[in-house]
Parts: sequence; C-alpha cells; structure tokens
Amino acid sequence: MTEPLALEVRNITKRFPGVLANDHVSFTLKKGEIHALLGENGAGKSTLMNVIYGLYSPDEGEIFLDGNPVEIRNSHDAIAQGIGMVHQHFMLVPVFTVAENIILGSEITRGLSLDLRTARRRIHELSREYGLEVDPDAVVEDLSVGIQQRVEIVKALYRNVRILVLDEPTAVLTPQEVEDLFRVMRNLTLRGVSIIFITHKLKEVMAIADRITVMRRGRVVGTTTPAETSEQGLASMMVGREVLLRVEKAEATPGEVVLDVRDLTVLDERKVEAIRGVSFQVRAGEILGIAGVQGNGQTELAEALTGLRKIESGSIYLDGVELPPMKPRANFESGLGHVPEDRHKHGLVLAHTVADNEVLVTYYQPPFAHGIRRDEEAVEENARRLIKQFDVRTPGPNVPVSNLSGGNQQKVIVAREFSRPVRLLLANQPTRGLDVGSIEYIHSELISMRDRGVGVLLISSELDEILSLSDRIAVMYHGRIVEILPAKEATREELGLLMAGGTREEPVEVETSVV
Amino acid sequence: MQSTATVILPAWQRWLVRNGVGVGVSLLVLIGVVIAYLNNGVVTTAVLSSTVRQATPLVLGALCGLMGERSGVINIGIEGQMLLAAFMGFMMNVWSGNLLLAVITGVATGALLGLLLALMSVTLKIDQIIGGTVINILALGLTGYFYTQGLTTAGKLRPFAIPVLSDIPLIGRVIFENPPITYSTFILVIVVHYVLFYTRWGLRTRAVGEHPRAADTLGVNVYLVRYINVIVGGAIAGLAGSFLTLEAVGSFERAMTNGRGFVALAVMIFGKWTPLGSWGAAMLFGFASAMQTQLQFGGEINIPHQFIGMLPYLLTIIVLAGFVGRARPPAADGIPYEKE
Repeated sequence: MTEPLALEVRNITKRFPGVLANDHVSFTLKKGEIHALLGENGAGKSTLMNVIYGLYSPDEGEIFLDGNPVEIRNSHDAIAQGIGMVHQHFMLVPVFTVAENIILGSEITRGLSLDLRTARRRIHELSREYGLEVDPDAVVEDLSVGIQQRVEIVKALYRNVRILVLDEPTAVLTPQEVEDLFRVMRNLTLRGVSIIFITHKLKEVMAIADRITVMRRGRVVGTTTPAETSEQGLASMMVGREVLLRVEKAEATPGEVVLDVRDLTVLDERKVEAIRGVSFQVRAGEILGIAGVQGNGQTELAEALTGLRKIESGSIYLDGVELPPMKPRANFESGLGHVPEDRHKHGLVLAHTVADNEVLVTYYQPPFAHGIRRDEEAVEENARRLIKQFDVRTPGPNVPVSNLSGGNQQKVIVAREFSRPVRLLLANQPTRGLDVGSIEYIHSELISMRDRGVGVLLISSELDEILSLSDRIAVMYHGRIVEILPAKEATREELGLLMAGGTREEPVEVETSVV
Repeated sequence: MQSTATVILPAWQRWLVRNGVGVGVSLLVLIGVVIAYLNNGVVTTAVLSSTVRQATPLVLGALCGLMGERSGVINIGIEGQMLLAAFMGFMMNVWSGNLLLAVITGVATGALLGLLLALMSVTLKIDQIIGGTVINILALGLTGYFYTQGLTTAGKLRPFAIPVLSDIPLIGRVIFENPPITYSTFILVIVVHYVLFYTRWGLRTRAVGEHPRAADTLGVNVYLVRYINVIVGGAIAGLAGSFLTLEAVGSFERAMTNGRGFVALAVMIFGKWTPLGSWGAAMLFGFASAMQTQLQFGGEINIPHQFIGMLPYLLTIIVLAGFVGRARPPAADGIPYEKE
C-alpha cells in the first residue's frame, strides 16, 4: 500500500529565453512530510516553486494534488488548492497591521465593510492551535524578522494551507529563531500540513528534512534521506564534484596592527546610533570575523570604514594613520580593499564592461590614465590578466558585467580588490547568494590574502562562514561589539546566544546623544 | 526570547497621538470663526461660503490624486483632466443646454483621461511624471485650439437650500445652501474615506500602493486595481472640471484651471494621502483664496493686490516645504509593477 501523495509534479519543463530552467523535473511530496529541496542558486528550485504556486506556467508537464491532475494558472488558483508559500523576501505590507496583512486577498466582509473582528478571532485561534503567537493589531514594520516570518506562516494557515512552501526561511534568522521555526514546522506536519523546505544550508537539511531532493542545472539529481547521506554527500550532489566543506588553513601569524578602530559611533539614516562606541583592532595576517544578525550595525560599520558614512565620534587608524572622514578615495589609496555587501549597488557598474569595472578604483592612475587621457589598451590588458588569474568566466573583457553570473560578478570584484596592494581587506558578506563552487574559491582566496600578511575584516551573517574562516570573532548586537573571542574557543551555540543579545544582561540605557 | 518593544496604547490615545495636531488646529480655527461671526456675521458667512467654493475643486482634485497614489500611480495630470473636462462639459452645455448631460460629459472626459494615464503608466510603464505631463499638454493644446470665444449657455447649476438645516446660524448657509457638485463633494469625501479604509477594495488598493508583489502573491490583480483607481480618480477630477464651468463660472476660458490641479496635489500631500485630511487641507487653501478676495475688495488694508493675490500660492510653497518631509507617501508610489 503506497502512502497518498500530497503533491506530485511530473516532467515539468520551463524554458526562458536562452535558459532551460526546469528540464523534465519530477518531484513528489508525501502527506505530512518535510521535503527539502536543495540546490545552488540557479539550479531551478525557485522556478519549480513558482510553477507550483502558479506564478509561471510550465511549457510541459503535469501537476497532481492528492492524485488528481490540476491546472494552476495563477496564485489565486494555488491558494484555492491549499498551496501556500512563504517567500524569502517576506510578502508583507510594512505599514499594515498583522491582521490586515493576513486577510489581504481573502477578506471577510460584513455588508461592504471589512470584518476585522472575526478575522482577529480566527487569527487568535490559529495562533493558539499551532503555537504561533502573533498580535493581530501590531504594525508589521515594528516586528522583528522572526515574528514577521511567523505572520507569514499564519497567513498561509489562514488560507487553510495543506502544502506549505518555505523559500530559504532561515537566511534571516538567528540560530535560536531557526530552532523555533523547526519546532513550528514539526508541529505543522503533525497536523497534516506537508512542507517543501527550500534551502542551500546542508546542516539544516540534515536536521529537519524527512526526504531531500537535490537539483542541479534545472534537473533533479536525486532524492535521498538524511539517514542515507551526509553533508559531504549532499554537497557533492549539488555541485556535481567533490567539494571542500572545511576550509584548509594554517595557523595565523598575526603581525602589527593595521586597522585600529577607537570608540566609533555612527548614526543611521534615521539619526539613530547604529554603531555605539565600538573599538577593535585587526592585525596583519589575521582574519577578524564580525558575526551578527543582519541589521545590527554591520552595514554602517562597513560604510564608516570606507568613508561612505559620516562618523559621529571616534576615529579609525589604518597603518597608524588616521583616515580622513568621508573621503573614500583617500581610504582606498591608503591601502583599504573593499568587497561590498551589495555587489550590484556598490561593487559594480553593471552596464559597464568587465574591463572598466576592474579599474573602478584605479582608473585615474597610471598606467590606466595619463593626465586626462585614458589608456584603453592598458585597461584591457589588465582585465585579460585578471580574468585569467582569477578564473572569471566571461566571453571577454569588453562584455557588460551584467551579462555575467552572480559568482563571476563577485569574482570581478575580488579580482579588482585582491590584486591591488591593500593592507586591510574589508569583506562584507563576500559569498552571499553564491554557489558552493564560488564560495569555496572566494574562501581560499581570503585565506591566501591573510597568509600574504593582509589584515582581513570579514563581516558575515553566515555563522558557518565566520567559524571556518576567522582567527578571532567579534559579535555585534545592537551596534555594539558584545564580545571578541578566539575562533578556536567559539561554538555555534555560544555565538548564537551572543548574536541574540543573550547571556549577559543588556542594561537599558538612556542615551544622551548629541542629535 | 525576543519581545516586541512597542508599547500598545489604548485606541483613543493612539488616535490622539496621530491626529492631535489636526484636532488642535481645527479647534483653534473653530473658535476663531465663532468670534469672527459674532463680530461681523455677514462678512464671515461670505468668507466661509467662498472658502467652501474655492475648496471644492481642490478637494476633488486631491481625491483624484490620492486614489491614484494609494494604488501606486502618481497623477500629475489632474490639471489637464480638470481642464479638458471643464471644456467638454461646457461644450455639451452649449450644445444641448442640459446641465446633467454636461456634468456627465465632464466626468466621462476625466475618466477617459484616467484610462489614458493608466494605459501609459500601468500597461506601457512609461515614466508616470511624463505620462501626467502628456495629459496636461494635451488638454491645454486641445482646449486652446477648439475653444471659440462668445459661446453662451443656457445657465449653470444653482444652489438650493436644504430646508431647516440651512437655517442653522453660521454653518447653515455655508454648508446647506450649495449647488449640487459642492454637495456631491461632501459626500464623495466620506465615501472615498470609507472605501479606502473600511472595505475590501480599499485594503487591496492600499496594499497595491505599498507592496504590489505581496498583493499579487495573494491573488490580487495589481493592474486591475490600479486601472480602476486611476479611472475613478479621473472621473472625480472630471467632476472638478465640471464644477469650474458648470457651477462656479458658467463659461470657459483658456487655461482656466489656473494651477488648481497642482495645488490639489499639495492639498493631498498636506492631507497625508487621506480624504478627510485633504478635505481639511483644501479648506485651508480655500480660506486663503477667500481671504485674498475679501482683502482685495474689502478695501480696509492697504497692501498692493499683487501681494494679496500671492496668498494661496505662498501657502502652497510653505506647506510643501514644511510638511512634505514628514508625510510618508505610499511605498510603491510611482513605480510601475512588473510581474516576475
């Protein structure tokens, strides 16, 4: 007797101009299971989910729900069929209340008016039944990311979801919030909800999934279970070759201090202190990792260091010389290298060629310019050399950088910054959104920079990245560095607690800021 | 482990925090008006009546603007929608002599221009500022070209008093003795407020203006919501145009909207994209216009009329410079929506 299938897709094919995003993909979801869908960026996971959710119509293939063929033409159909999706970027209206967000599109009305009272009551019932506490009257933008995710799940439950798709749900959560989420997921499956869990984090898959389907380049590579495989095995399936999960590195040999940050205070856009009196040092030949959940001041710290943001008080010394405020070019000339957080916004001029992007920091200096005249030949020559050295996959140096894949775009930045004579390298989320192969490459380049005596400041919200690369780890929480500890002594659990502001009591401070 | 740090105040306190300034200002104005009325009843009533008249096209224009912007479409073509509607309404009045038919023509003209704007900004995804400018130039050009002087009409919409209510001192004549479009404006403000904040359609409209993709994933048709709102908004702007030629003046002049469509946008912003707020803001602007007329012809103060004439426009600049920074427009305002 075979178990009933909640969902089955057969031979789904979806073509985009020039790309075969899904190539005869078949996939089954049993009732009440957590099925992880694993794959690198561009493997076709999101395309498949968008087909199931009705956002794309497939070129070929069929979808079955409870054994019956169905046609899902839009998200409306999907919702009607009991399919719900929690998107990676939450689909919540920030200025609406929780209740308004939950009922949107499935409103209950009394006469012409919205019936918010009944809605609130249903939300309360759902909250109690599934252990997902939310306040229906809270405004969404005031809620933490973890709670917002809860709202998204309640939103799906409100629509009587039977199949719930969670797209990279853990990317923005602290380790403790991830634990919470997993508890909720198990609870949901006990009540008959089947879950598709999209991720690229191997640890989480091993921890929570009943079955795992791995996709690569638009195809299903195979389906397995945590018992039958290992992280290493999954990684190889994802990439199609053996990969190093652990970064090989020798003991660090820290030298003199290259970066000295003293009592730094920085304001954010809303004139609130984003960095509150932070002091730390980075030595030559070491990697200092800054761990923390996104939005705890990391962005502002990076901007202050690169001269993109005004410093309220405190100072920054590079090689013993104080950096002038708000002078990015001066900072770069005195030996700062920068891999920015958002490569599209700050790292590259997407419409420009690879060659031009490789000289974004040095275009005005010889050999790339003589007086007011640019030397196109030198620029192109430089690009050819870097493309070869850093293995950038591009048709040529004169191709717009927007035509490259995310991993290769990041390599363009890495090539530019790592080939200059830098003293301090600021790498902010250097592997965000990259595939395992590119991550492996960038990690080894970071280590080799360190071994060449460069001080590396690594900002990352990926705890695994911090743990495997750093020599020392600083944890940021609410604009402060709450602890700096040697990487060898750090554990995931301890860092997770520190990242959530835990263990040590945070005194409530009345700031007397000069605003 | 994480607690939400927001303190939840009782509903009335939250209401007061949000609307305190407006309530305070309204009270002060009310006291001022009562004192003025006791001093000189005739002039005060005249000024207030004039305020309501001046405010009517601004309120309607602001309603048009906010319906568009709440759904994510900036409409700077209100001026043009009003102007062409005023012209078409007037021409229909000349041709048929039927005022109801004329008003309907004006409203339909506004709606059609709304459809044009929606087509340009929602479907073709043209820059919305350019789309609005196209409408303004189109209206100015068409009305300038086709208008011939010396046309006469059978008449214009007349005020009628509502029995009993119009006998209330101070506000009776001001509110309950008006022509039909002015009455409709009072009703429309309340209707749009109710629709926007208490109905399914309003919730979807606001969602589409704030986060269209979220609305889309929940099965809301973003394009349809934008089309309907911009078209209905256009119809309301058309009513404002009809007001000018069929109720206020009774004739058409070139460029007679005289910037009202743009002042309406200022009114909408000052009113924080809400119908009631816009209504209050329009009253302020209407009052400035009324004072301007009163001061020019009252003859009590010796200020060159050019300066007095600046009053409403000066107010626009001050209000926009002082308050725009604090008001928050809908997040997706002016951004065309692309399905993935």
